[in-house]
Amino acid sequence: MLRIVVGMGSCGVAAGAGRVKEALERAGAKPGITGCVGACYLEPIVDLYEGAELKRRLVKVAPEDAPAIAAAVESGDLAGVERLAISAEDEEFLSRQTRIALRHCGVIDPESLDAYRAADGYKALEKVLGMTPEAVIEEIKVSGLAGRGGAGFPTWFKWNAARNAKGDEKYLICNADEGDPGAFMDRAVIESDPHSLIEGMLIAAYAIGAKEAFVYVRAEYPLAIVRLEKALGDARAAGILGKNVLGSGFSCDIRIKAGAGAFVCGEETALIESLEGSRGMPRLKPPFPAEKGYLNKPSNINNVETFANVAWIILNGGAKFAAMGTENSKGTKVFALTGKIRRGGLVEIPMGLTLREVIFGIGGGIRDGKRFKAVQMGGPSGGCIPESLLDTRIDYRELGATGAIMGSGGMVVMDETTCMVNMAKFFLDFTARESCGKCVHCRIGTRRLHEILTRITEGKGREGDVELLEELCRGIKDGALCGLGQTAPNPVLTTIRYFRDEYDAHIRERRCPAGECAALRKFKIDPAKCKGCGACARKCPVKAIAGEPKKPYAIDPAKCIGCGSCEAACRFGAVAKA
Amino acid sequence: MNENESIVSLLQEVQAKNGYIPKDEIYRIAAEKGVSPAKVTGVATFYSQFRLSKPGKNLILLCKGTACHVNSADGIAAALKEELGIGGGETSADGLFTLEFVACLGCCSLSPVMMINGVAYGSLTPEKAKRIVREIRDSNDGKGA
Ligand SMILES: Cc1cc2nc3c(=O)[nH]c(=O)nc-3n(C[C@H](O)[C@H](O)[C@H](O)COP(=O)(O)O)c2cc1C
Ligand code: SF4
Ligand code: SF4
Ligand code: FES
Repeated sequence: MLRIVVGMGSCGVAAGAGRVKEALERAGAKPGITGCVGACYLEPIVDLYEGAELKRRLVKVAPEDAPAIAAAVESGDLAGVERLAISAEDEEFLSRQTRIALRHCGVIDPESLDAYRAADGYKALEKVLGMTPEAVIEEIKVSGLAGRGGAGFPTWFKWNAARNAKGDEKYLICNADEGDPGAFMDRAVIESDPHSLIEGMLIAAYAIGAKEAFVYVRAEYPLAIVRLEKALGDARAAGILGKNVLGSGFSCDIRIKAGAGAFVCGEETALIESLEGSRGMPRLKPPFPAEKGYLNKPSNINNVETFANVAWIILNGGAKFAAMGTENSKGTKVFALTGKIRRGGLVEIPMGLTLREVIFGIGGGIRDGKRFKAVQMGGPSGGCIPESLLDTRIDYRELGATGAIMGSGGMVVMDETTCMVNMAKFFLDFTARESCGKCVHCRIGTRRLHEILTRITEGKGREGDVELLEELCRGIKDGALCGLGQTAPNPVLTTIRYFRDEYDAHIRERRCPAGECAALRKFKIDPAKCKGCGACARKCPVKAIAGEPKKPYAIDPAKCIGCGSCEAACRFGAVAKA
Repeated sequence: MNENESIVSLLQEVQAKNGYIPKDEIYRIAAEKGVSPAKVTGVATFYSQFRLSKPGKNLILLCKGTACHVNSADGIAAALKEELGIGGGETSADGLFTLEFVACLGCCSLSPVMMINGVAYGSLTPEKAKRIVREIRDSNDGKGA
């Protein structure tokens, strides 16, 4: 009989996978679970397996579909559920990817150690325990693996530094703070494949000589914490984690530390301060954590995705990993494709593909027939890349040359309705609030940037504001201690560089070309479409709309504040931007 | 050094138990750790997760991350304000709802997203968001869960 598996990652659950699973159980089926396959736009997803073979992937499943699915599985005749089967086009979203870090996500049961072991789990750890730590580090060096948390620093180099640091008490830390709003690959890995994180960490701990390790998980990820907790418990009970790992004499335990909500704690020295229980304020480097980290002991910090590649590299060889990608950037990278994209979700591809191939090839381009404007990469530390640079390759250096960064892999796609000045303002609002306050330039400079951007979006911009922004940006870059402040100007600088015309339109013509800034837009009613229902007039907060029932209503432009309530209220699409 | 008892961990314990950090607990933790109450308050106010006043029965986390921003999270905030009369960091007069803005719930593909009492709701529209909180309020009989 076919096996039913429901995708139960956070995104699947948000789309209603929990209700689908319950409905399947009520219908007499015995569904198993898996994590997030990354095709988030198709959730809830239900897979039908025959043994290990995926027979059918059903998408956008509703609880009402449960009886039909249960019956189809019971009878073996899938005709009744074919209407839910994934389309060939959507299939491509997954088949065009190359999965290493996500190799088990959405495939195995994340709550089962047996399932992980059946998928070659902990074989790399076994192999490593028979190698010297130096040989392990050498294999990682050959792979060219670089940190996936943002900075892209060679992983072997950090491991080697921690290994060579003086002292017997060393710590390993996994950075699962995932602060870039718009990135969620770390969450997906922990929820969908927690043992691969544990295995990667144990290999790293062996290589550097750490007996204690932590995973610092973002507080907003409750399900990830639950799944990781269970995986740690199961690994401990199986003798994989804790004292005498797999009977090798090597010991290491891993504990979870939940974050408490501060973006700056993603920065490694701030994270260490937070682990120690203090305010998460970055420390001056050097000394680097490899020398003086947690409790001033040698420590190594890596990102979740970095660790998720490690077991694969050990099993398949560093050379195989290094064979993918470009000269400077090896292996694969996971991106979280979101925003105004048709097919959004997690995309893992070899480095070296172009942005166009990812956004249009895999992501299917912009939805609702709109036009691509920009893609934001690297979150608050990154920048907006315009259409003219879509043939840029995914490569640390080439992306860096655009003024954006590879970052942790957030790719937020924007269309013509997104105002780039407002986008810059959005990020500066974020960094101004998240600045830890230690450095004057960062604390006050980001605030000033936000104020200037606010006045531009409100139609109160002044001639010379753009130059003022640029000057402030330079000052902040020079005067900030940590990466948060040093990179906070990037969203402003890249939007000025590529979308200067939008700034000028706001400042000189009091016009928002994207029609997003409320203070700079008006609405009007198309008399041909208006049915005279009056819904818009009731919603208008300033009573700018008048008319007689069943006759076209009209908006008084002198009173309209551009809030858009009328547009949202009209069921006939009669209201549009003037 | 037993960092199970770091100030952050102690505060997390207190909040898990009470839903917020009562003032007395700040003094207790300070005494326990041998530091000033100002230091503990400093830690408690640094992290956005810690609340110093009692939250409503239902905690709404509305995402204002990048993906949600691009997909009109502001419209959802406006809808919740209309329905509940509260903005970010506020609690409704009936004590049923506290609204907080967060930076990303990790469900960006389903943006805009909000999480109520740990359950995520995706692909929101202003109407859908209102309906969800209305349903919770009605199931609470106005008295809370
Ligand atoms: C403001 C700021 C926030 C950061 N946030 C994260 C984060 O959420 N997750 C992460 O892995 N790295 C983050 N980093 C990068 C870390 O400092 C560090 O470089 C990384 O965790 C190292 O791991 P890797 O070498 O495996 O990338 C952040 C850096 C800065 C400056
Ligand atoms: S640059 Fe900003 S966030 Fe970083 S240490 Fe300075 S004030 Fe804090
Ligand atoms: S809501 Fe639409 S149809 Fe109704 S009066 Fe306004 S513009 Fe006309
Ligand atoms: S930006 Fe809203 S869930 Fe990520």
